[in-house]
Amino acid sequence: MATGTEEHGSEAGGLAIHPMDQFIVKPLFGDGPVEWYTVTNVTLWMFIAVLVLIGLFVLATRHRGIIPSRLQSVAELFYGFIHNMVEDVTGHEGARFFPYVMTLFMFIFLANILGLIPMSFTTTSHVAVTAVLALMVFMTVTLVGFFRKGIGFLSMFWVSSAPLALRPVLALIELISYFVRPLSHSIRLGGNLMAGHAVIKVFAGFAGAMGVASVVPIVAIAGIYGLELLVAAVQAYVFTILTCVYLRDAVGEAHH
Amino acid sequence: MATEPIVEEIAGTCVNEHGGAIGMPQLCVDWMPNQIFWLLVTLVVMFFILKTIALPRIGAVLAERKGTISNDLAAAEELKLKAVAAEKAFNDALATARVEAAKIVAAAKADIQKDLDKATAKADAEIGARAAESEKKISEIRAGAMEAVETVARDTAREIVAALGGQADAKAVTSAVTTRMKG
Repeated sequence: MATGTEEHGSEAGGLAIHPMDQFIVKPLFGDGPVEWYTVTNVTLWMFIAVLVLIGLFVLATRHRGIIPSRLQSVAELFYGFIHNMVEDVTGHEGARFFPYVMTLFMFIFLANILGLIPMSFTTTSHVAVTAVLALMVFMTVTLVGFFRKGIGFLSMFWVSSAPLALRPVLALIELISYFVRPLSHSIRLGGNLMAGHAVIKVFAGFAGAMGVASVVPIVAIAGIYGLELLVAAVQAYVFTILTCVYLRDAVGEAHH
Repeated sequence: MATEPIVEEIAGTCVNEHGGAIGMPQLCVDWMPNQIFWLLVTLVVMFFILKTIALPRIGAVLAERKGTISNDLAAAEELKLKAVAAEKAFNDALATARVEAAKIVAAAKADIQKDLDKATAKADAEIGARAAESEKKISEIRAGAMEAVETVARDTAREIVAALGGQADAKAVTSAVTTRMKG
């Protein structure tokens, strides 16, 4: 999480805390500018996430044990968890989206958890990443919705159970909320991750400046770290279940 | 951080000359294409790993396990039924054997009874025969004895008559004795 704090911290003098430095994107090799193809710390930590995914879902399951090994049962746990979520929330029609939802969940979950390793880089703390994830969901829902239901997809904005006079107003609200979805969807994830990591870094800065009393912020960091583990898992869950809820609008029967 | 001088030439607009972040790195537009590119690469790779290898494999394993478990349960159920059937067969055999044994016992009893009856009848007949024979002998002896008594009585009577000085009429004595004997 710490990225070059020491070099410039001393120059600033006094209590030098740079909680945002951990989010800097840097080239992995050399000092050049960050082009779109540059191999950066983003690349590294996403690559590590892919390696963990391969280890958990390919290597650990290679024996196809009827009686699973420990890691295989973990993979099966994730499989069952997301599979049930997709089936329960999206309905039977949405089961086709299981690999897609599984990819989203595993990417976010692994990125969140890997980001909690000290000195690591949290790819999901960047709005650029979460916004792409959220926009992908938004576009998938919109395209699938129109493809499957045609113009009938718009009926989800027309709340037929409300009094006729209220319906245009509700339609406007529904429309706005529909387009706000990707924003809230992405900011919720990125903001949670960023805030937690920044708080840990702030406490770490206190610990560096407080001498013997720094035991207090260190204990606080341990507590916040546990909380962040929870946040990492919960936010991955929240993102995924919201994806399922949105997908239900596209494939399920109208619920208004 | 706002007090630190901003030197844009070093690493773009998002990092100051010390390598520290300016504002929120999340809002640095210069880095976004890089993040988006690698994110898409990662997602595509993950999707294909999951879609082509991992998920079908785990799905197959779970289905196979479910099948195995239900097969085993069915087999257990079948074995249980077999055990019940075997127990029933055993009980039936036991009951049949009991009935058979009772029959044999009854037959044996009847046989024995028959033999016994036969033997009893035979013994009775023998006893009857012997009794009859004995009776006959007794009556013979009795008749003999009667005759002897009569003879003795007649002789005695004659002697007495003779002793008394009478002339014993053999016929009269005899009839008198016979009459007395009867009386």
